[in-house]
Amino acid sequence: MLVATLLVSSFVIFGALYLAPGNPIAVLSGGRTLPPESVAVLEERFHLNDPFFPRYASWVGGVVHGDFGYSIAHRQDVSTLIASRIWTTAELVLYASLLILSIGIGLGLLSGLTRGATDTGVLVTTAVSAAIPAFVASIVLTLIFAVKLGWFPTQRNGVGFLDQVHHLTLPAFALAISSLAIVARVTRAAVREEFGREHVQTATSRGIPYRKLVRRHVLRNAAIPITTISGITVASLIAVAAVVERAFGLNGLGAYLVAAAASKDFAVVQGISLVLVAAFVLVNVLVDVLYAVLDPRVRLGARAQ
Amino acid sequence: MSAVAIAADAPGRSSWFTLLKRTGPAGIASAIVIVVATFVAVAGRAISPFDPLAPGLSNAWIGPMQVTGHLLGFDGQGRDLLSRLLVGATTSMLGPLAVVVICMTVGSVFAVSAAWRGGGYDAVVSSGMDILFAFPGILLAILAATVFGAGLISASLALAIAYTPYVARVLRGAAMRERAQQYVAALEVQGASPLSICMRHLLPNMAPLIVAQATILFGYAMVDLAAISFLGLGVQAPNPDWGVMVSENQSGVLQGYPLPALAAGLSIVIVVVAFNVLGERLYEQAQADRR
Repeated sequence: MLVATLLVSSFVIFGALYLAPGNPIAVLSGGRTLPPESVAVLEERFHLNDPFFPRYASWVGGVVHGDFGYSIAHRQDVSTLIASRIWTTAELVLYASLLILSIGIGLGLLSGLTRGATDTGVLVTTAVSAAIPAFVASIVLTLIFAVKLGWFPTQRNGVGFLDQVHHLTLPAFALAISSLAIVARVTRAAVREEFGREHVQTATSRGIPYRKLVRRHVLRNAAIPITTISGITVASLIAVAAVVERAFGLNGLGAYLVAAAASKDFAVVQGISLVLVAAFVLVNVLVDVLYAVLDPRVRLGARAQ
Repeated sequence: MSAVAIAADAPGRSSWFTLLKRTGPAGIASAIVIVVATFVAVAGRAISPFDPLAPGLSNAWIGPMQVTGHLLGFDGQGRDLLSRLLVGATTSMLGPLAVVVICMTVGSVFAVSAAWRGGGYDAVVSSGMDILFAFPGILLAILAATVFGAGLISASLALAIAYTPYVARVLRGAAMRERAQQYVAALEVQGASPLSICMRHLLPNMAPLIVAQATILFGYAMVDLAAISFLGLGVQAPNPDWGVMVSENQSGVLQGYPLPALAAGLSIVIVVVAFNVLGERLYEQAQADRR
């Protein structure tokens, strides 16, 4: 399924851009008319006259070997361009995911296990922050923590690990904030639902201590919907990272993809899109594996088939 | 149409007004926000006090109330901020509306037909939707902008395609449950055509769920479309759109004039909160009605 999805997506990505109007040679020449001989040489060099399937096959063949083609606009290999930017995006997404998993699930548990003011406070805060788009969060966080308080730098990547963490903190929070709120709300709902189930009531009446009840009976069952929503939100960060990278001027894959889309640098758009789709699919596969780890029913069900 | 069928349909349905009343004060407040936002989106150009496109560089970043008549002051290019916010509501609301209408229509057709036909057709539709899941909405919109050029139409179409599998998955489950109801079998025995059963009974009975889902998706679509416009691949400057306005006034945040960017961002947040809250309440109601 993983391979099939990637093959179909690569076909869609390549096919869409193959059909796109616009001539790569025009981009290269900057709009000047070139003598027909030069055009012929360039078309030969970039295989622009080959039919669709050989070009698709050679592209996929190259991708498998780590060769994503050649950016005509940058006169550089796409793999080199991707390699120099992929870590910024990976670190940003990882940092934001950690925030979502720790703070999001933490707030959800806090709210699900308590009643009264704490619960209401978490509910109202998350209802609002779930609606804050990443780019709005970016400007609000910049305004408060960089401009007014001066705790964090406003732009560009850092040097060295600690400095990088420092530089990525605001972008990671901006990226995480709405997903974090959604995860917190789903976690709360899942915990509440488990508490209402009969097996929990039975366990309570048998006198099982509260802590053990929560750990063994409530959380183990609530872990399933929590995993689902965490997986969905973490996977969605991969695409939304582009927005945050643009807002903070980070030199990541997403920001570069947007620039390439605007300048019609097809090879770069194809390469980065495929990397992002692959990462997205990979996260979903990891979530499926996690289900089997968390839930014996999934494991046994798979074996029974 | 028989008495049995009508009686079977009746208890599940309640008028939209009572449904809205049951969503509680938060739901009603959200509905009011949505009505106001819709009014501004329709009447934006008529009620905006100034030309939202007329630049006046000497007025750049002037704050609220400092020039008579300009309640919220000016943006970075000296255009009246209030006028741009009001007129910007049009594209900011129209885009998500298009996304929701398209993905709900296509999603419902796939969901109901897959639930009705079952078998191989269902398997093909479901796996097609699974593959579509691999494309995040924003990525699909960036691809669409590369292929068809940047603009609201290509961005909305791309998002509609990306949202369709989510719609289809939820509604397919609901359609399967509805399909298994006895009144459907009763209608089939009486010789009603599948199309008329689906249009007259199945879809109306699923309406509360469809409306709830459309409301929630509207909020998501608004955030995603604004993000795409923020990236410069959706609504094109100088046209006012809330996403574009955050982007073009971002420099003001660093220079000490955060109001224009914040006001546009806040407009998005308010409307999206309203759609999310109302959608969640409607969804709870739809679930409660089924039990």
